[in-house]
Amino acid sequence: MSTASHGEYYIPEPSKWPIIGTVALTTSVIGTVNTIHAGEMSYLLPVGLLMVAYLFFGWFGSVIDESMAGNYNTQVDKSFRLGMMWFIFSEVMFFAAFFGALFYARTFSVPWLGGAGNNASTHEFLWPAFEAIWPVLTNPDNAKIIAPREAMGAMGLPAINTAILLTSSVTVTWAHHALRAGNRTHLNLGLGLTVLLGCVFLVLQVEEYIYAYNELGLTMDSGIYGSTFFMLTGFHGFHVTMGTTMLLVILIRCLKGHFTADNHFGFEAVAWYWHFVDVVWLGLFIFVYWI
Amino acid sequence: MNAVVEEHHDHDHKPTGLGRWLFSTNHKDIGTMYLWFSFTMFFIGGALALVIRAELFQPGLQIVEPEFFNQLTTLHGLIMVFGVIMPAFVGLANWQLPMMIGAPDMALPRMNNWSFWLLPGAFGLLLASLVMSLMGMGSAPNFGWTFYAPLSTTYGPDSTDYFIFSVHLMGISSVMGAINVIATIMNLRAPGMTYMKMPIFVWTWFITAYLLIAVMPVLAGVVTMMLTDRNFGTSFFDAAGGGDPVMFQHVFWFFGHPEVYIMILPAFGIISSIVPTFSRKPLFGYSSMVYATASIAFLSFIVWAHHMFTTGMPVAGELFFMYATMLIAIPTGVKVFNWISTMWRGALTFETPMLFAIAFIFLFTMGGFTGLMLCIVPADFQYHDTYFVVAHFHYVLVTGAAFSIMAAVYFWLPKWTGNMYDEKLGKLHFWLTCISANVLFFPMHFVGLAGMPRRIPDYALQFAEFNQIATVGAFVFGFSQLIFLYVVIKCVKGGEKATDKVWEGAHGLEFDLPSPAPFHSYTTPPEVK
Ligand code: HEM
Ligand SMILES: [Cu+2]
Repeated sequence: MSTASHGEYYIPEPSKWPIIGTVALTTSVIGTVNTIHAGEMSYLLPVGLLMVAYLFFGWFGSVIDESMAGNYNTQVDKSFRLGMMWFIFSEVMFFAAFFGALFYARTFSVPWLGGAGNNASTHEFLWPAFEAIWPVLTNPDNAKIIAPREAMGAMGLPAINTAILLTSSVTVTWAHHALRAGNRTHLNLGLGLTVLLGCVFLVLQVEEYIYAYNELGLTMDSGIYGSTFFMLTGFHGFHVTMGTTMLLVILIRCLKGHFTADNHFGFEAVAWYWHFVDVVWLGLFIFVYWI
Repeated sequence: MNAVVEEHHDHDHKPTGLGRWLFSTNHKDIGTMYLWFSFTMFFIGGALALVIRAELFQPGLQIVEPEFFNQLTTLHGLIMVFGVIMPAFVGLANWQLPMMIGAPDMALPRMNNWSFWLLPGAFGLLLASLVMSLMGMGSAPNFGWTFYAPLSTTYGPDSTDYFIFSVHLMGISSVMGAINVIATIMNLRAPGMTYMKMPIFVWTWFITAYLLIAVMPVLAGVVTMMLTDRNFGTSFFDAAGGGDPVMFQHVFWFFGHPEVYIMILPAFGIISSIVPTFSRKPLFGYSSMVYATASIAFLSFIVWAHHMFTTGMPVAGELFFMYATMLIAIPTGVKVFNWISTMWRGALTFETPMLFAIAFIFLFTMGGFTGLMLCIVPADFQYHDTYFVVAHFHYVLVTGAAFSIMAAVYFWLPKWTGNMYDEKLGKLHFWLTCISANVLFFPMHFVGLAGMPRRIPDYALQFAEFNQIATVGAFVFGFSQLIFLYVVIKCVKGGEKATDKVWEGAHGLEFDLPSPAPFHSYTTPPEVK
């Protein structure tokens, strides 16, 4: 369907959300920095985050309303698809920066500090006792930066978490097939399972962090191994949280009877996102935990 | 039809008041805001540059403390790159892309507005740190626009953390803007407009948008690592923990080099629109232009370490990055060749946009040549971090990117406003700008070759004359821009009516629309043959 005033095109009315989004994000970041600097919660941070939450519910809510009202034509649908695809690509590049840091540390900076290549004198004059082994369990300056006692093994929790995320990719695909086949029961079941698996993953991830901090001495400030470990798994965990929340919203919408067999961009976007989170985890499992 | 759509019928006129801008979903209004934002930042960044040049008028310390001098160069660079050149190009894209491809608007109009409004937030944060510094409350960022670790990590002032988040906001803005450009071009082209029929400006922006989506998140990654190194004890850029400050440079320049092409590819598109118009000939070598743009974009991902020759890397690395960088000269040369061939035997006239375009071709090429000198490893060992580099990038960025933006404004302003600008004043602006820019930047080559380091408030006596010449050029250049401001305002307010075609040799869908172009460019898609 289309709006008559713009011929065959759909153009949204002026909207308050972008400006609210700006105020929300700016307030949040000022609040974050103030909190870091003061070492105690700045009131701007919760205020900002509340505004961000309001923004998401309000903005997406109005988009959902418009979509349910049948305002969107196939062209709008395609714009949304393109938007989501390239957004996911930008996220891939965000993770690429941290993977790049991991690879750089593993192939260059750590071996170099250990004297590899033409760096014999670097090694000799800076930290002659340092041995280049990954994971780094003795830092170059181990008095200043205390290394972890032990590395995180791949085969315990991380392997279970891998199985969980892979299974959740299957369940979300099952839900998708059910949606296309018009089987709402299986749809809701598949989605519900996916949300559940996402939550279990997060709980286990928290377990793992507690274990890392308490038992292994593996912390953010324990040198390059801990830095890359927590940066990569932390941002991944954050994305799982976002993904699970999004899946939950989609589940609620499904329960309300939204989406049809051939019109369900919202569902697909979230499913893509979930697969992306899954693939990133595979990279993490291989390069952070395993080899 | 439902209520929302029904309401739509009588809302087609322009919204009024402040809400028109705050809540806008119109590509033209958003484009206008981008352009005015960029213009404002241009004067702020320019004012900082004039303080820098005033300090450098004589050897010795005259006007500012060295600490503050560092803040000036840092903010000047950041503002010009992220606050002037990039927003101006996005503004031009907003205005032109829908008109050029026969669409009513951008594909995602609300996100478009958000992209814009994040910028005042980001620059508010950044400029606040400067204001605080002026009031004696701490220092603004002082580590150069490249914010190398450990200057920005271990030694960065408190304001660095605000700077980090300001970069995050700019990044979100750019990525959303780029996604919008891609969705618009892929999805909203008029029937019959195949990819290989798109105007070159559309092509260059299409490719630029990919560069943006690929590298802005990497910039976000690097500032995030800075944030955690500064505040949460990580050791990404700290060798004591197994990290490496050199890694900062790699990640930064992996963003940084494509970034410089983000700032020049749309300029190529603009020049490729203007030169054929005033030569009254079609663009020479259209498809080679497209392929050249694509290869430049590809190559821009594998040359980043030419900024790090003196930082050090294995010899094989130095050689690889040297040769890869040299390769870029080939597609760039193709472009210059095509522009010149377009002019060859054309019926040339020299209105202001054409003057800027021709100046661009000469002066940008100058900058390309000095780039080639810089990419020769042993030569760069001499030139690196001297004023020669400053000369190089001001030729490509000021007489390149900024000139193209000015050319574009003169070229399309009549279409936007429906009025012709004052040609006499435009020409005056051009000649003053062009001559003063060369007086300003040309001497920098010499002092650089003779060894004057960049980012230094004081210098050895023998560099004095050239620096004085540069400072004179800088002030003339700076104040000439007030003419530009006046011409633009005058044109917006009124003037001789522009025809729909505006220029005798103009081609393209935007010149089929009335002048000024209607609020929603195309409500039904035009047929493209
Ligand atoms: C033929 C094309 C080009 C080549 C071969 C080239 C090469 C180089 C090299 C080797 C450097 C490093 C110099 C040093 O620090 O020692 C450099 C710096 C720079 N170039 Fe280019 N360049 C080219 C085009 C451009 C363009 C088109 C732009 C922007 C529009 C640009 C912007 C810059 C900037 C901003 C810097 C300085 C960065 C800094 O250290 O602050 N260059 N260029
Ligand atoms: Cu470069």
